[in-house]
Amino acid sequence: MEAAVGEHLPSAEADIERAQTTAVSAERAQPTLYRRRSGRAVAGVAGGLADHLGMDVLWVRIAFALLAALGGAGVVAYGLLWIFAPQAPVDESAPGISRKERQQAFGLVALGTGLTVGAGTLSGAVSGWVAGALTVALVGAALVWREADQSQRRRVTGAVLGGGGRAAVIRVLSGAALVATGITIFLISSIGLDQVQFALLAVLAALVGVAVLTVPWWLRLVRDLGEERRARIRTEERAEIAAHLHDSVLQTLALIQKQAEAPREVLRLARGQERQLRSWLYGPSGYGRALSDGPAAGVLSEALARASGEVEDTFAVKVQHVVVGDCEVDERLMAVVMAAREAMVNAAKHAGVAEVSVYGEVEEERVTVFVRDRGKGFDPDTVPQDRHGLADSIRGRMERHGGEIRLRTAPGDGTEVQLHMPRTKVTS
Amino acid sequence: MTENMDANPTTPKPPVRVYLVDDHSMFRAGVRAELDTITDDIEVIGEAGTVGEAVAGINHLKPDVVLLDVHMPDGGGAEVLRQARKSQPEVVFLALSVSDAAEDVIAVIRSGARGYVTKTISSQDLATAVLRVAEGDAVFSPRLAGFVLDAFADRPGAAPINDPELDLLTPRERDVLRLLARGYAYKEIASELFISVKTVETHVSSVLRKTQLSNRYELSRWASDRRLV
Repeated sequence: MEAAVGEHLPSAEADIERAQTTAVSAERAQPTLYRRRSGRAVAGVAGGLADHLGMDVLWVRIAFALLAALGGAGVVAYGLLWIFAPQAPVDESAPGISRKERQQAFGLVALGTGLTVGAGTLSGAVSGWVAGALTVALVGAALVWREADQSQRRRVTGAVLGGGGRAAVIRVLSGAALVATGITIFLISSIGLDQVQFALLAVLAALVGVAVLTVPWWLRLVRDLGEERRARIRTEERAEIAAHLHDSVLQTLALIQKQAEAPREVLRLARGQERQLRSWLYGPSGYGRALSDGPAAGVLSEALARASGEVEDTFAVKVQHVVVGDCEVDERLMAVVMAAREAMVNAAKHAGVAEVSVYGEVEEERVTVFVRDRGKGFDPDTVPQDRHGLADSIRGRMERHGGEIRLRTAPGDGTEVQLHMPRTKVTS
Repeated sequence: MTENMDANPTTPKPPVRVYLVDDHSMFRAGVRAELDTITDDIEVIGEAGTVGEAVAGINHLKPDVVLLDVHMPDGGGAEVLRQARKSQPEVVFLALSVSDAAEDVIAVIRSGARGYVTKTISSQDLATAVLRVAEGDAVFSPRLAGFVLDAFADRPGAAPINDPELDLLTPRERDVLRLLARGYAYKEIASELFISVKTVETHVSSVLRKTQLSNRYELSRWASDRRLV
């Protein structure tokens, strides 16, 4: 990253692409081991492992060859990695393999094979016949698997499946023939068994042969299915976002263009849309939290947010609301929310300001809500008797539910309504 | 250019040099125009639209204050903070964002921003915030104050306190934060609590320090969940 900064300023497109790549790789806890697609001798396993470990490929190959002497452990490990490590993505610019390296690699392959057979024969664990049969079968399997890798590459680069022509068919057939030969030799060598055992063994060996030959296709099937599922999820997600943006943001933008002459209306639309989008993105039940089991819809923060939104929409003022802590809304807290809403309405109507602050705090014993404006303020004693808002809707409502209200205001000094409500003991 | 201004005897206090980082060029242009018209105490000396550009620009221009967008491709504001703060520890960062997600806000504060304001802030308030962080104060919007209070709240079943010095707020700091969240200005807080504005500033700076250094579970979780992005 630092190198990129020093050398050139990357374009925005590259940025996004890289960000996506980073996001994808960050999802997996560890970097994936890929088999090399180019610069490989057999299947690119050694090369991929060398890239993964940051070593020189020669040492990895030597290690595999030497491990092969330990009862064929190297061969088995190589085969397993071949099966389970996916091939690296196509990158045409990757360097090929040099002639010298290829000779070296094939020498090591031969050495590994020889060591496996030799060690097996010497230790007596496998008779010469079996070892020979195994080798023939393995070479056949390797041929077929390698061809499968090739055909996958061709498909990725755009050609038809198996577009390798006659040479490819011949390679696959000869691989299959070799596997069959190996199995046959193995069976002939164990001819001393009685009829039933021999038949069973033959069936088993044939099954193993077919399984070995078809491993690449099974694997590809599984991987393709996974890929397809991921792609489908991505598409669905994109469709959902597009639908939401269309229903909300585009509609609002169209309305704003129509109402361009009425700044108040534009402001109201923009605010309402912002609030809606925000709750969709960050809200407890919104898009961003869809997967985690967030709090239920009937919580205090949501109720206050809804009330603030209604006041914003109705009176075209900005209501800045902050809630610390959260809890379920019961009957008492509903009274607090309604009282707070009434206080916001009062502020919006009478204070003559563009912004109202609402702050709610949930503590263990009580809930407190402050509604504040920096507007005109008033003298509580001179409020006409016929004005019911403060007396009935706020004070009355709070006191009926066992809460209390404090009022701080003076002409020219703004107004703050403080609502205190003890919390009902949670009996669980 | 800057040397000339410093040497000029008619301007005793050079303007605060501000660098804008935001991937929306329209927004950058808007902020630049607003800040240019509203006050002479602030001079926008440059802008950047990507993380790389921003880090290079900050290292080259050494601004006083960087106005930093939280959400950008390639790691966002937190990445700029991480890369630029090592080489330029004296540059002050003020985060500016449309995001209201607590984890985003806490993450940029923890990676070293001195404050956080939302993009809907009025130009006058933005200018005040820039001047305040330039003087070394912290800028807490009501929403940020709410988030911090929430993060430091004593919930039943919360993680045990490891370091009371860092993991707990003093009652006074809580009072100040509460008033901030209620929309009070520093001056109003000072008169409400019968303390000086300077003391309010000290409390807020101390809260900022605790937010950045505390190991409290809520704070670290937000930061690590998002890998500081």
